[in-house]
Amino acid sequence: MSRESDSAAGEPAMAAARYADGSITYPPHPLGPDGTERTGTIDLSEHTATVVTWTTSTATPPGVREPNHLAIVEFEIEDESVRALGQLTTNDIEIGDEVQPVYAEELRDPEAGIREPASQDWDGYRFEPAD
Amino acid sequence: MSTNVAVIGASMTQFGQREAWIQGLLAEAGAACLDDAGVAPDAVEHLYVSNMASGEFEGQTGVPNALAHDLDCLPAYTQRVDQTSSSGGAGMYAAWQSVASGASEMTLLVGGEKMTHRSTGEATDVIASLTHPVEYKHGVTLPSFAGLTARRYLDRYDAPRESLGKVAVKNHENGVDNPHAQFQKEVDLETVLESPIVADPLRLYDFCPITDGSAALMFCPESVAKEYTDEYALVSGVGGATDTHVVHERAEPTVMGGVVESGKEAYEMSGYGPEDIDVAELHDMFTILEFLQMEGLDFAEQGAAWELVEEGKTECDGELPINTSGGLKSKGHPLGASGVAQGYEIYKQVLGEAGPRQVDADVGLACNVGGFGNCVITTIMEAGA
Repeated sequence: MSRESDSAAGEPAMAAARYADGSITYPPHPLGPDGTERTGTIDLSEHTATVVTWTTSTATPPGVREPNHLAIVEFEIEDESVRALGQLTTNDIEIGDEVQPVYAEELRDPEAGIREPASQDWDGYRFEPAD
Repeated sequence: MSTNVAVIGASMTQFGQREAWIQGLLAEAGAACLDDAGVAPDAVEHLYVSNMASGEFEGQTGVPNALAHDLDCLPAYTQRVDQTSSSGGAGMYAAWQSVASGASEMTLLVGGEKMTHRSTGEATDVIASLTHPVEYKHGVTLPSFAGLTARRYLDRYDAPRESLGKVAVKNHENGVDNPHAQFQKEVDLETVLESPIVADPLRLYDFCPITDGSAALMFCPESVAKEYTDEYALVSGVGGATDTHVVHERAEPTVMGGVVESGKEAYEMSGYGPEDIDVAELHDMFTILEFLQMEGLDFAEQGAAWELVEEGKTECDGELPINTSGGLKSKGHPLGASGVAQGYEIYKQVLGEAGPRQVDADVGLACNVGGFGNCVITTIMEAGA
């Protein structure tokens, strides 16, 4: 299911890759699941997803919010499914609930963990119950 | 046909909070293994060190080189084996390869990790650094993967939460008889189910501790083993496989492809099947992992491992004793040591030297899991003729 884009706010896309065989992955990879070539990009932030499973983590590493609500969610796009893992805005959630991506400028403190801050990006999309 | 590979000695240090640093821990297990095998240090041709993160944990690199010096094994060829939590199993694979290929006639494998000087958060982050950037930035940890998977498992297979708790109870009970275990005490189901939540629905007692420790095994051709001892084990089969590290991309979160594929390889090489295994050490870093490995290795149907636990079939007096050592859950999980310590337990079991933990076992299996099923090594051992 798609929803209205919030691109007017200048937020980056939640970019997934589409491949020649029609499959979609998040994150994008150099090749598709069966070695097929990438053919395009899909912005998952314009779609809603279904909660596959979720947890609340209370023993979080340095720089990570505590508690940290997390979910694996599944998007259905043109008969193809693609999953993503991300923070939840709430733990008032059940398997099967519909959620939508909501942009966050910083998901954890890049300076506090073991990974080099410049080695990756730190913004992204949390999931909140769909409108 | 490759050489039959034997194991002629084994050792492990006390697991738990240790004063020694990585080099000292490795040297302690290495020296004890040389002594147990009756092998002179200068007879060692290859020396492998299984270790995930000595650089990250204590700023110490080059540990195989240092260990060769400390054990008086120079000029043996040395190599570090890092496959995260399955470094120990990968070390067994590397040691087997070195002997089976004819490259070495005496290979010492030592696995170890020093972790307890770090806070739980810091240690968790070192381990979580193996995750993909799109997952790491959300603060995902290995325990949170376990929580996500456990909720899915309980929901999909209608399994009772208590069945996971019974894995912890069983493995703690087994650990009482292991003098090397970090926790040598029983816990009851009520304590497990009421312990603090770590990754909902999993609680503190569903998780292994942070541990210091080391373990070692000595490998050689069977023909050489007979020069040293009449009591040796054979590596009947070994298999390794890799799954995507983007955990959320896996088709079914409750199926670990690496377990399935490495198990198939090990079964095929050994000529044994799941029905032939008398005892197993599974990587119970989290209680849910014991279910996933039982199913991936065909000890149980998909979604039915919890029933075997409920029926007591995986207890020491059951049809298939699992984690007689106490498992990672009770024994502790010094990352690089754990797979080697699994091998130590299977070696002792098939030779009939496991003392109060001894079960009736001719053939044993160890499954060592790296990441959250990202890389897996399965090893099958039996007593030599």
